[in-house]
Amino acid sequence: MGSADFININNLSIGYASGSKQKIVAANLNAQINKGELVCLLGSNGAGKSTLMRTLCGFQPFFDGQISILGKTIGILTEREISRLVSVVLTDRIVVPNATVSELVSYGRSPYTGILGRTNKKDLQFIERAIEQCGIAHKKDALLSSISDGERQKAFIAKALAQDTPVILLDEPTAFLDLPARVEIIQLLRRISSESGKSVLLSTHDLDLALQMADRLWLLHNNGPLITGSPEDLLLQNAFQRLFQNKGIEFDTKTGLFRVEYEHFHELPIKGHGFEYVLLRRAFARRGIKTTGMRENPEWWIEIGKNGQSTFHLYKNEKQLISESSVEMIVKQTMNCMDLKINNK
Amino acid sequence: MALGSVNIPFSEVIHIVSGKGSENIIWQNILIRTRLPQTLVAVSAGMALGVAGLLMQTLFRNPLAGPSVLGISSGASLGVAFVLLVAGQAFGFSFARVGMWGDLAVAGASLGGALAVLALILFISRKVGGTLSVLIMGVMIGYLSNSVVGILKFYSLEEDVHNYVIWGLGSFSRLSLERGGLFAAVTVPLSLVSLLLSKPLNLLALGDHYARNLGLNIRQARFLIIFTSGILTALVTAFCGPIVFIGMAVPHLAKMISRTSNHFTLILNSCIIGGATALLCNLIARLPGLDSELPINSVTAFVGAPVVISVILKRRKEKIME
Repeated sequence: MGSADFININNLSIGYASGSKQKIVAANLNAQINKGELVCLLGSNGAGKSTLMRTLCGFQPFFDGQISILGKTIGILTEREISRLVSVVLTDRIVVPNATVSELVSYGRSPYTGILGRTNKKDLQFIERAIEQCGIAHKKDALLSSISDGERQKAFIAKALAQDTPVILLDEPTAFLDLPARVEIIQLLRRISSESGKSVLLSTHDLDLALQMADRLWLLHNNGPLITGSPEDLLLQNAFQRLFQNKGIEFDTKTGLFRVEYEHFHELPIKGHGFEYVLLRRAFARRGIKTTGMRENPEWWIEIGKNGQSTFHLYKNEKQLISESSVEMIVKQTMNCMDLKINNK
Repeated sequence: MALGSVNIPFSEVIHIVSGKGSENIIWQNILIRTRLPQTLVAVSAGMALGVAGLLMQTLFRNPLAGPSVLGISSGASLGVAFVLLVAGQAFGFSFARVGMWGDLAVAGASLGGALAVLALILFISRKVGGTLSVLIMGVMIGYLSNSVVGILKFYSLEEDVHNYVIWGLGSFSRLSLERGGLFAAVTVPLSLVSLLLSKPLNLLALGDHYARNLGLNIRQARFLIIFTSGILTALVTAFCGPIVFIGMAVPHLAKMISRTSNHFTLILNSCIIGGATALLCNLIARLPGLDSELPINSVTAFVGAPVVISVILKRRKEKIME
């Protein structure tokens, strides 16, 4: 089998059933995850990311299709069997009274311990290794309520590691965290997947991080299919544009990043390039002015000068009117000179 | 046991309890007839209530839950009200005059009422699922039976109502030595059996989803926890009356003295602290110098309320810090 599929989703329909009524959130989903892969699930709110995650954990029944993890079919397994296949980290912020980090992690061994939940030597080794791998060894006796959000998230990830399952599912593990903590969490997950051969699937809104760190992306469209592939291939297919269609988001094919889409009312040619050009373009875009490359004989234009320090010069009909070194000032002055109000029509 | 309205030297206490007897027959009588059974009953009732309260607080993930949230003590009250208020009138005599048989009838009725409510709650938890709905049902059953009791009281003889009120104040001194011993022999092992629930409790404290992902059969665990807590509460209420606050306050003290979320330790703590607290309350209720005994519920409220208030204040502080 070699790189046999760790997770295999076949023609899956997910949603909620209340009484005899079924509300299907997404249908005809097909996807795979291989051993040791880090996969990010992306999609706008309401597309069914959380429903899909819950269904994969076996928390929620599904209507049609098949999910198999390591060849075992979800839906007919008992809680105990699933607990040795999949571990989860959920979005819910849970307050466990009086619990320390190492206690939380030790509960991850529950599928293997006896009726009283006593941990043996092997369990303790797993617990210690998990805590170390997540870099929270110095906090291992701290109360969960006394550590930072990022550390708490790591403690829950350590709990999932202690559970020693081939698959780890995480529902928005980076929500509530600041940027450095997000990067740290994703790097940690990346290490876990590549070093221990576990398959990690996380749902996230952090597009930039997902594009850079994931082996494979799952894009869940509203009512649409689940599109999967490596970030680069999906970029080539321009698959992202459809994900956020008509939402004021524009995909920049040059940088592979998203940017906010502005309405433009004017154009302004700029002579020059580099970082200064990018910054100038952003500042003008906010005010409804689209910057273009230099054309022949424009009435107005701005030139970027670089002699040691960046300067911006505003020209009208070949005559230099203003010279500024601050982006804010040159934009303001330009607006004044050209007699433009912000976003005027 | 040495302390009380009548002072008995501690050495004599040891002598009498160990069966060697004493020259002072009065002391011996006081000890064997009242203080020893009271101590036994208070300690085992305290244990049972402490454990029952801890189970409920973890199951409902609510620090203000206690054994009474399931409506079991209300069910017991209803049963007792029926016996004391209705039966008395129907048969044309007051139970206060019947003596021992009356006591047994009261205990039986209380146990019956409590177990009926417990059965109802278990049925709901099986059928409906969802921890919150069980909680709401318990509270509603409590209100309903209180209002029925109110109606019964309204149409009853004054003497019967007085008896009912006395029952409702709770007491650890209703049982003789033999019955007290039997009570202890049932409740103490049952409290310790709940140690077997410590693993499910640890997992449920993480929330239903995590518990399930860690291999727990939630429905079964919830059923067992409600069952254990319910039986403990029913027993105590039947023989001591509805004892308030101990079940709510003891688990907090148990969590305060050891910084762990492991329910194996917490249940043991609750046993010890529960027994000690109940004993202390009983002692305060019959301090030297007081001729008669104070109602035990007034004492438990004075001991328990500050604990509960401090917990709420602490929680508020934590929330502000976040």
